[in-house]
Amino acid sequence: MTLPMPAAEPFAGNDVPIMEMRGISKAFPGVKALDDVEISLHAGSVTALIGENGAGKSTLVKILTGIYQPDSGEIVIDGRPVQFGSAEAAIRGGITAIHQETVLFDELSVAENIFLGHVPRTRFGLVNWKAMNARAAALLHSIDAPISPYTRLKDLSIAQRHLVAIARALSVEARVVIMDEPTAALSHKEVEDLFRIIERLKGQGKAILFISHKFEEVYGVADRFAVFRDGRSIGSGLLAQTSQDQIVRMMVGRSVEHAFPKVDVAIGSTVLKVSGYSHPTEFDDISFELRRGEIFGIYGLVGAGRSEFCQALFGVTRPSAGTVELEGRRIDVRSPSDAVAAGIVYVPEERGRHGAVLQMPIFQNISMPSLSRTTRAGFLRQAEEFAMARRYAERLDLRAAALSVPVGNLSGGNQQKVVIGKWLATKPKVIILDEPTKGIDIGSKAAVHAFMSELAGEGLSVIMVSSELPEILGMSDRVLVMREGRMAGTWNRADLDAETLVRAATGNA
Amino acid sequence: MSRLLKHRELLLVAIIVALVAAFAYRAPGFASPESLANIFNDTSILIILALGQMAVVLTRSIDLSVAANLSFTGMAIAMINAAFPEIPLAILIAAALGIGAMLGAINGLLVWKVNIPPIVVTLGTLTIYRGMAFVLSGGTWVNQNQMTPDFLNAPRLPVLGLPLLSWTAILVVVVMVVLFTRTVFGRALYASGGNPTAALYAGIDVGRTRFFAFVLSGALAGLCGYLWVSRYAVAYVDIAVGFELDTVAACVIGGISTLGGIGTIAGAVLGSLFLGVIKNALPVIDISPFWQMAISGLVIIIAVTFNARQERRKGRMILRDAAKSRARPSELAEGAAA
Repeated sequence: MTLPMPAAEPFAGNDVPIMEMRGISKAFPGVKALDDVEISLHAGSVTALIGENGAGKSTLVKILTGIYQPDSGEIVIDGRPVQFGSAEAAIRGGITAIHQETVLFDELSVAENIFLGHVPRTRFGLVNWKAMNARAAALLHSIDAPISPYTRLKDLSIAQRHLVAIARALSVEARVVIMDEPTAALSHKEVEDLFRIIERLKGQGKAILFISHKFEEVYGVADRFAVFRDGRSIGSGLLAQTSQDQIVRMMVGRSVEHAFPKVDVAIGSTVLKVSGYSHPTEFDDISFELRRGEIFGIYGLVGAGRSEFCQALFGVTRPSAGTVELEGRRIDVRSPSDAVAAGIVYVPEERGRHGAVLQMPIFQNISMPSLSRTTRAGFLRQAEEFAMARRYAERLDLRAAALSVPVGNLSGGNQQKVVIGKWLATKPKVIILDEPTKGIDIGSKAAVHAFMSELAGEGLSVIMVSSELPEILGMSDRVLVMREGRMAGTWNRADLDAETLVRAATGNA
Repeated sequence: MSRLLKHRELLLVAIIVALVAAFAYRAPGFASPESLANIFNDTSILIILALGQMAVVLTRSIDLSVAANLSFTGMAIAMINAAFPEIPLAILIAAALGIGAMLGAINGLLVWKVNIPPIVVTLGTLTIYRGMAFVLSGGTWVNQNQMTPDFLNAPRLPVLGLPLLSWTAILVVVVMVVLFTRTVFGRALYASGGNPTAALYAGIDVGRTRFFAFVLSGALAGLCGYLWVSRYAVAYVDIAVGFELDTVAACVIGGISTLGGIGTIAGAVLGSLFLGVIKNALPVIDISPFWQMAISGLVIIIAVTFNARQERRKGRMILRDAAKSRARPSELAEGAAA
């Protein structure tokens, strides 16, 4: 395992893995996140973990770093089974991770950031500043990062902070380095620098688990791959012997597991027309038309600008260019209340954080965006509010002891019904659902999908933002794919197929 | 939750009754109707200010400038009264509300438009408004003999057995109950403190709601400026120093969450009355005012602990949900959808 390895040659590492995960399963209430998965990591080799959103990659990382404990299966390091009961145990076991969003401390120095939690100490138990700064300098040198250990973190650029995060990950004696979407916040040049560091780590005999959505990067840096789909291992092997097409097929090639209750609805005239919609920093030149009764899917990777676009459409942020026409009339949406008044509503992704006011009773949550209809001269009419709430609670089969119960006392599924009910009560023309089924189990998903069909059947136009391919394929009349803030194309239902969409979303032409 | 809150208000009532009974045991006559009416009258200004503070706290803010506002407005009104005795009282009171609202609007604008944290804004305006009171008066006092009899006597005027000051507090309570529970503004207060993002998405302008909460708090502080100066028959720069903390304490004891979005008028009123009872009782049973401060402090800490425990109950309730779905298998899907 300690053979000298020239970093420049394509080398897939030692054949004997230093770490293996065998038969790992992990279930959360209602969802099986990982089902009997395997992965092995080899010294001096980069293994790419590939899979769609929700394939179970993050869960695997959390198990490997000791944050979750697996329900079954074993982790074997150097032939010996180990158990990581805590994040600290995983670090002691030689596993370290660099996350997509690095958590560092602005007001501390680079050296302090690197050694926070395992600061070198003097005989008297005080901080050994000299040793800490010297070791930090050596670590930074080892990854070619020209940063002084004395600098305050807040004075560094994003890319430099990333290097500090890498140095921090390497400051523990690690044999396995996990990189979870490390390039998400980096420019092209910085990605190249990162790859150089990865080559160096390979040369030191470390095993690297590299998670990325981008094929270009995977093929650029990884030697081996493992594909996950729906929490299962689908395939693994050497990248040199596997084509991109084969991998795309492994990622998406599935039999659709639950029938989507998509009902064919007569598509009517154009309701919403968006032209050249742009934002200074998040998205550019988005145009499409949405018709009555249509379910319009917006697909893309996390961070492609889908939610940002929808929030601008809803008036949370302001676009820099572009126009919106609703039923042929140009509208200027300056705030969410303008959008609601015009008939556009947005059911956000994080319903807990953005959706309901948990301390408030159900009826007040449902009437909140419709107060103009339940008030007279600024005074609330509680009878009207209750009537409105009762109507939508019945329609959505909301289960609660009373409509005056705070929403926080309801189960997750019922909270979601309150949020949806509150938007339906505004009698919208266009409803935007951002990741409507994220994190909910199959049964509830089917209910949400059936409900979407019902809305479309009543003549509502639905915009559905989703990262889940089966949902996009199963429910959309048309699909717009976004990549890095731009339109990668639109497809009609008849022309939809999984591989085309994945290619468009990942930029793998 | 609502049951727990009601429970909490009942608890406060019980504690206040027990306190009064205990003090009455040591000092007979403490629980007599006249004495209780007197305590209420003495607490009226605190109740009014606490309700203004409550509006601000509901939106996840705090107004530390209420006492300074009171001092400045009280001084201004007293000086106007001394200089122009012919101006009718109604106009002076309207002016007090207006000046107070203006000072509140300054706080509100800084919070809303300049985006400075409320505690920093009002800590700043606290000193500024007191400083303005000093500049306005040149450090001199406005004494009883400079004020008109109308100006001095109005709050003392007995109506149906209670002085007008008490009736003013009762009127403010009634207006606030309507405002908080029956108007769009009141709903917006609770929503923008309870979940600002959800409120924004529902079309509620959180910043504007906060601004008006500060204006309301300022207007009530202005009104109290007149009430205070008239009641104590003197205006000087240092009146009501530190009183802003009493208003915050009354809110906290009354169960208004400092995290915003939770609290009732009854809670704020009972919190004020609790402080009023202690303040009036301790001298009666010969306990020094320093003990009084320590006891108030202790009660605040107990109240905050109580609030925090209440907040903590709002976990994900995984176990409870799971038990529920076991009990009703048809709901299994919903229970798991957390």
